[in-house]
Amino acid sequence: MPPPGRASEKKRIQRGHRRLLTRRDRITLAFMAGVPTVLHVLLVWVTALASILLAFTSWDGIGFDSIKWVGLDNFKQLFTDNPQFWPAVEHNVIWFVVLILIPTPFGLFLAVQLDKKIRFSRVYQTAFFLPVVISLACIGFVWQLIYNPDTGLINSLIGANKPGHYIDWIGDPNLNLWAVLVAASWRHTGYMMILYLAGLKSVDPSLREASALDGANEWQTFKNVIFPTLRPTNTIVLVVTIIEALRAFDLVFVFNKGAQGTELLSILVTNNIIGESSRIGYGSAIAVVLLFISLIVIIPYLIATFRKERSA
Amino acid sequence: MSTVSALPEQRTPIRPARVLLHVFLAGTALAWLAPLLWAIFSALRPYSETSNRGYVSWPHTLNLDNFTNAFEQSDMTHYFMNTLVIAVPAVLLTLFLSSMVAFYVSRFDFRVNLFLLLVFTAGNLLPQQVIITPLYRMYLLTNLPGITASGKLYDSALGLVLIHVAFQSGFCAFVLANYMRSLPHELTEAALVDGASVWRLYWQITLPLCKPAMAALATLLSIWIYNDFFWALVLISTGENMPITSALNNLSGQYFTDPNLVAAGSLLTAIPTLLVYFALQKQFVSGLTLGSAKG
Repeated sequence: MPPPGRASEKKRIQRGHRRLLTRRDRITLAFMAGVPTVLHVLLVWVTALASILLAFTSWDGIGFDSIKWVGLDNFKQLFTDNPQFWPAVEHNVIWFVVLILIPTPFGLFLAVQLDKKIRFSRVYQTAFFLPVVISLACIGFVWQLIYNPDTGLINSLIGANKPGHYIDWIGDPNLNLWAVLVAASWRHTGYMMILYLAGLKSVDPSLREASALDGANEWQTFKNVIFPTLRPTNTIVLVVTIIEALRAFDLVFVFNKGAQGTELLSILVTNNIIGESSRIGYGSAIAVVLLFISLIVIIPYLIATFRKERSA
Repeated sequence: MSTVSALPEQRTPIRPARVLLHVFLAGTALAWLAPLLWAIFSALRPYSETSNRGYVSWPHTLNLDNFTNAFEQSDMTHYFMNTLVIAVPAVLLTLFLSSMVAFYVSRFDFRVNLFLLLVFTAGNLLPQQVIITPLYRMYLLTNLPGITASGKLYDSALGLVLIHVAFQSGFCAFVLANYMRSLPHELTEAALVDGASVWRLYWQITLPLCKPAMAALATLLSIWIYNDFFWALVLISTGENMPITSALNNLSGQYFTDPNLVAAGSLLTAIPTLLVYFALQKQFVSGLTLGSAKG
């Protein structure tokens, strides 16, 4: 983020700006702010609100007069009757825990190493970052070549590719979530590395020198000096990782369409639309759970970000 | 964290710590590329050879047959064109609209601007599935006879362009607003005093100064929109109308029994993103770290 300008001077200028506006300018401005806002609010916020409202109704989607208010029925059914719901919540949580515990620290570790002004740094960075550029759908197919029971790399290497000896990395509900998480972590590492590299670049080099002069070794310098100054990056990393865990969809859909073992909230919502029996109110109830969890993360983050900006 | 980072840096000509670090990084980098290299290796081998000799075997024939077959059999040119028709307008429109919002927010404090920016940024962080059920219904109910081939927003390129623009403009507005705020206010102030219109202020004075940020965002958006899988999966019903990334799912069903062909097909879809990435690596990375708050 570029540093915001000096506050008092900015206010003065903005007031000056306003006085100089003609009528036409005001119309232009209203149009410039209005058109994008209407489009964004209509397609993102009105639909999010509609999700909340529809979650308390039952609707066949044909005419508006067939919308029936059913209160909390959809949620009751979701929490008590749906055998896929709690596994999905659990898998979303596991997804986050794995991403934050394994690829995130590893991405930070790689960033710290690559920040040492070593040779070939760019080459290494490109290799680690490549999976972030490729679509998740493509990644799903690439990892299938590794996990396929009969033709995949792993089973071919360990001799489990003969009928009767298959290890079904994609179909076995005890294995498939972990298999897909390996692929997700593979991608997440590069993403975290890039975020941390940017964070490390903004660390004042004199801090490092001062710490070295005090006789701290590299690990002590990192733990006591560098890591605390990475706080803003850590916040972003945490938010990005939570959002990634809630958004997880493409990889699992390509892998096994979210069959037993890999259910996710996003998959349940989608299957309710493109599946055989589309129940609008019920699908919206799942979406509301997802929205609720997202907002717990998004709102405090945005408040913190914008408060900082305002005071700056 | 681990042994490598714990080693003290040495200033002697031969630095064992550095050598160890390079060995570690090179090894890890190779491991990171391994899945892709394996896919390339599989795609280069004929199906007959791998089914006879197994996948882990010394190659006798390596050729591009799988690539040409995958490309021709599934008419990939058609799907690449579908993507182009969606991605190009979506990227341009997103940049245009979000730069207008950013300009408004950063230059004119009408008190609502912080709130406006909040709405845009928060909207961008939502998981897509939160809004998909009503969006899908809305697209089905929007009749556009004569405008789209399907007569609705559903199953049309226009529908995909609109949702991409609406969703991505949040992130871009946030990044561009921050960028514009760092530009000197004297520039626009002087122009206003000279009687320039607001539109000129935006189009001729502010936008040209935002070129670096716009280039970074354009690169990022192109790759994101190209890679989108979800919107098209739900909002497009005709397989023929799918952009390439979502079409991949159907296409792989056609040559399901031949993993080598699947490998070749999916690698082909990755080529455009890789080309953009290698050509504009700097823009991509700077775009990603410019705003950072992006899932």
